[in-house]
Amino acid sequence: MRWLQPTATLILSAPALRIGADALRGQLGADPIANALHRLGFWALFWLLTTLACSPAQRLGLRGALKLRRLVGLFSFGYAVLHFTLYLALDQGFDLGDVYADISKRPFITVGMVTLLLLVPLAITSTSGWVRRLGSRRWQRLHQLIYLAAIGGVVHFIWRVKADLREPLIFAGALALLLFVRIFDSISSRGGRARSSPRGNS
Amino acid sequence: MARDEITPPQLYLHRREFLALGAGSLASATAVLATARACAAPPPPAQKLSIAVRGKFTTEEKPTSFEDLTHYNNFYEFGTDKVDPAQNAGSLRPHPWQISLEGEIKKPQIIDIDQLTKQFPLEERVYRMRCVEAWSMVIPWVGFSLGNLLRRLEPTSRAKYVAFTSLHDPTQMPGQKRSVLDWPYVEGLRIDEAMHPLTLLAVGLYGQVLPHQNGAPLRLVVPWKYGFKGIKSIVKIRLVAEQPPTTWSRMAPREYGFYANVNPQVDHPRWSQAKERRIGELTKRKTLPFNGYATEVAQLYAGMDLAHNY
Repeated sequence: MRWLQPTATLILSAPALRIGADALRGQLGADPIANALHRLGFWALFWLLTTLACSPAQRLGLRGALKLRRLVGLFSFGYAVLHFTLYLALDQGFDLGDVYADISKRPFITVGMVTLLLLVPLAITSTSGWVRRLGSRRWQRLHQLIYLAAIGGVVHFIWRVKADLREPLIFAGALALLLFVRIFDSISSRGGRARSSPRGNS
Repeated sequence: MARDEITPPQLYLHRREFLALGAGSLASATAVLATARACAAPPPPAQKLSIAVRGKFTTEEKPTSFEDLTHYNNFYEFGTDKVDPAQNAGSLRPHPWQISLEGEIKKPQIIDIDQLTKQFPLEERVYRMRCVEAWSMVIPWVGFSLGNLLRRLEPTSRAKYVAFTSLHDPTQMPGQKRSVLDWPYVEGLRIDEAMHPLTLLAVGLYGQVLPHQNGAPLRLVVPWKYGFKGIKSIVKIRLVAEQPPTTWSRMAPREYGFYANVNPQVDHPRWSQAKERRIGELTKRKTLPFNGYATEVAQLYAGMDLAHNY
């Protein structure tokens, strides 16, 4: 499966390349900054939920899904960083006073900021070196922050919308399903320990 | 501006990317985009308006391009994305079009849009438009003062407010098949706001009949208020004694008030109103009280607490 990682990388970068290409051709519409900002945020959240879907997907027989989890997670972080950078640089024009006021006064921006910060330690400790250094148990504890980040991301999206909640609610539904699978799993594995995998609660 | 200078609508929506990539291939993304482009309705032929008065109340600022004015619209009756109205408003039939003028007036009547337009000399007015979402445009409207029409209807002494209603017809307005908002869209003004010479009933922009997505055939323009006060595709104007309900304040009363005057000091609960991005510009500019029309309209609100009456 040597093609797996390169193919995934291509798919994961496609939306960003598309946004870049649209920007270069002046095809981001009348408010290009809002357009790019929204699309980068959309894909950050999309890949974040995809990261959470890797382990259930593997169990459903999609071999290789788990091998891609780190890559997808890192891409989610990358899109989130681009999203924030664009907000900082172009939406707010590096006016740090305004950015501070925005983050402290507006719950939807506060939540977005916290979500990004939650992803930082996960991205840093994503290497196998860090798994060894922390020990797999502590590493897994730490990486459960992804659930908080996913909830934060969905709330950030819902709060931003004026009236049409369709898209954020699809994300909320997908997240609820993924969390339900997790909870169901942990309950059933507590019931019958014999079935628990050596990987633990991945 | 010639029609053929206008480039086709933007179809690069992330939702399409989402569907296509969900299917798992870039090839299908290309296919979806190609289909979407082929389905785009051709623009309706432009109809020139004869303008009697130019330049009244006009700003010298550079007008937003026709392309941006017609492809960046909040008109949820045709979808909630900014580009949706340009793609979906082809189903609107603005001719013939009846408008019911009723309520506390001595001359209630139902009038056709063509008759109505003929009654008043058309003026071109270049106004700033500030959206509650913190972006703004400069728009060369064509229309006539609402006050001129109201005076002709002879309001009774009980007429304290004006209530406006948009068309409610899901066959013409496909966005109304979903209850994103309470249909039909309704708006209102206090009678003195409605009589103010700046308040315009627009029938066109850039010298031609209003494109469907901009609120054809008749819309309200109140340049010192947030854009959502500018109700589109009006079918009813009713003079009333009590303050009428308005769509957005009914939907989220903490976020949108009846007055909705542009005010950099009163933030939307979820975002700041201190600055705005003028469409076509990269950096934000400061938002002005009453959208820069304070000299003309501030006295309408003398003694009122504008943070309370937002």
